[in-house]
Amino acid sequence: MKKKKCVAMLLAGGQGSRLKALTSTVAKPAVSFGGKYRIIDFTLSNCTNSGIDTVGVLTQYQPLVLSEYIGMGAAWDLDRLNGGAHILAPYQAKRGARWYEGTADAIYQNLPFLQRYDSDHVLILSGDHIYRMNYAKMLAQHIANDADITIAVIDVPIKEASRFGIMSYSEDFSIYDFAEKPKEPKSNHASMGVYMFKKDVLVEQLTQDAADPNSDKDFGKNIIPKMLAEGKRVFAYQFDGYWKDVGTLKSLWEANMDLLGENPAFDLSELNWKIFSGGDAYPPALVTADGKVDNSITTEGDIIAGTVVNSVLGEHVIVEKGAVVENSVVFSGTVIKAGAKINYAIIDEDVVIGEDAVIGDGKSSAEHLALIGRGTVVQNGTQLKSDGVLEAGNE
Amino acid sequence: MSNTLGIIFSNIHERDIKELTSIRTLASVPFGGRYRLIDFVLSNMINSGITNIGIITKYNYQSLMDHLQSGKSWDLSRKNGGLTILPPFNNEKSRTVYSSRLEAIKNVESFIRHNPSDYILMADCDIVCNFDYAPVIAEHERRGAEITLIYRKHKVTASQLAHKRLFLDIDEDSKVKGLRNVSEGDEANVYTDFMLINSSLLLYILDHCDEWGVKSFSRDIISKCVDYRTYAYKLDGYYATISSLADYYKHSMELLDPEVINELFYKGGQYIYTKVRDSAPTRIMSGAVVKNSLIPDGCIIKGKVENSIIFRDCVIEEGVTITNSIIMQDSIIEKGSTLNCVIMDKGAHVLPGRLLSGHSTRPYYIEKDVVI
Repeated sequence: MKKKKCVAMLLAGGQGSRLKALTSTVAKPAVSFGGKYRIIDFTLSNCTNSGIDTVGVLTQYQPLVLSEYIGMGAAWDLDRLNGGAHILAPYQAKRGARWYEGTADAIYQNLPFLQRYDSDHVLILSGDHIYRMNYAKMLAQHIANDADITIAVIDVPIKEASRFGIMSYSEDFSIYDFAEKPKEPKSNHASMGVYMFKKDVLVEQLTQDAADPNSDKDFGKNIIPKMLAEGKRVFAYQFDGYWKDVGTLKSLWEANMDLLGENPAFDLSELNWKIFSGGDAYPPALVTADGKVDNSITTEGDIIAGTVVNSVLGEHVIVEKGAVVENSVVFSGTVIKAGAKINYAIIDEDVVIGEDAVIGDGKSSAEHLALIGRGTVVQNGTQLKSDGVLEAGNE
Repeated sequence: MSNTLGIIFSNIHERDIKELTSIRTLASVPFGGRYRLIDFVLSNMINSGITNIGIITKYNYQSLMDHLQSGKSWDLSRKNGGLTILPPFNNEKSRTVYSSRLEAIKNVESFIRHNPSDYILMADCDIVCNFDYAPVIAEHERRGAEITLIYRKHKVTASQLAHKRLFLDIDEDSKVKGLRNVSEGDEANVYTDFMLINSSLLLYILDHCDEWGVKSFSRDIISKCVDYRTYAYKLDGYYATISSLADYYKHSMELLDPEVINELFYKGGQYIYTKVRDSAPTRIMSGAVVKNSLIPDGCIIKGKVENSIIFRDCVIEEGVTITNSIIMQDSIIEKGSTLNCVIMDKGAHVLPGRLLSGHSTRPYYIEKDVVI
């Protein structure tokens, strides 16, 4: 097998508990986004568009939907003769079975996969961000710097900086200071959780870390500070496009709203960097004679006989006559029955909102979103306040 | 494993709708906002468990090959069977391009002969429906039939007479007794050109058709059907034949009925598949008006769209009014233009302030890649 230049390892096992009911039964990377996508589509599409054809997808929490969705990776053109997409779940070995204990441990447990492909470099990614990024440019800089590790950074508002791994770098992009979630950040260069390693350095670091009983087995907390302390060649790659961590209901809602409008903050329709997805085969959306759609995203399979304003509709969403959906994100397969009113809500997949139900109230806003979990049947006339949550089996 | 080989004729009937087929096969005529006509018959076959399909081509098949590629979008990229495109020149003998259904079948005789299937299902691309062939095959086997002809029962139209459709004479046991002569308005059994035939019989016919003087495959074979165990199978439900530009327009507009959508695209969990294009979802802007229209992915709509079918990746700018029209993929309509009863082929571009109108009985057709 021909040696690969770069193999990607995509950490997709996170629970994403701040997304509440959205991640009760699916892993965060499998949560729907932007009408027809799931969050992981963005990272997988970046890989394909950057010319990376071998991606290990590390799953752990609720892997069913995610594994089925990725399949052989055909939707992202990652069904390859040599390489392609591989689901890497925790497995049982001679030494016993154990879960991934941290981001570094997850990669460590899959060293045999990396050794098999024996690439020169390994790209570590996380599957829970919305962005378009050319990893080939990052790799080129990484090679030009002869870096042991290159960390992608994005500038964030300084008041939010303490949520991230924050670093300081010199003019030549060499990093001299790194702090994971610092109380008093020294800069606003935040780690995107995208790391490019020399493969041999990665193997050495992970092997040492695995032997350290005091380590949390985390890239941000353990591996990067240790490499800096050892004087390794640690570099930053400055990214300046759209990048959104959709770890909370508010940020997920905001990122969806960023897709709307004349000049959207994040434009999905860029033709030379398509975001691929494994969608179903639905006919075009039908807006009936009674339907009204304003400043919204519609997706194939939708049938809209009601009113949809400032909202994002997933695939095959039915909005019946007299129903009103405003300022909301509705995932695929959901039915909103006649006369229902929805404002500032996130409605998960395959939900039924009963007739004349009212979701949201006068206090509803981006900060106070109502949430309906996957597969929930909301009875006719139900009223749900802002910040309210309904989940299947719990209606 | 299915014991049936599907054979699809991509070109037959295309003289009927020459505007849309001057640059492509009938099979690759765009329909319903995101499909090509072949998607319906191809999806029906795979939904019926037929996974070994040959597509007979004649002219202009580049667009068809581009659409089908490896057949992956229909799950037909397979080790066993899958999709085979059959080009027109197969051997020394076929120096001219075939001119009849019979010659087309003769030309692919070796493909059929080397196929282990018991039955051959032959179909054209002029029909839009969601139909499960599996019960037809089961019924064919149960009866020990040699040929099963699929038909529709309804009143004969002038267009069907003009296009020389065949009308079947059937007894109470669904056995075909021959062909009938009918007049407009008669209740008749209209043959769909979907034929299930035993492979051995088809090969036998191909071996002897010259000595028998067979000229028209369907007409002569059905006329001789008393010699074979020939049965008929009735096709119910939504069904459209595209045999003129006016038909194309009329049947496109029928898709604006949610019941037709449910019947055609969801019946029995059988979806209609097409080439995956990975377009972004459609953005409908503030101030846009969309009423009674089909909108697939990939569009940006700022103007007014009413009673229309839009295809993927179209841009409709502000101040534009589109009514009763069909706008195919990658088209751009610039500010302030008004379009009524227009069929706009792929990639056409309407500059600002244009006024274009046809009539529902004679829609105004705009060629592919034209700038107006």
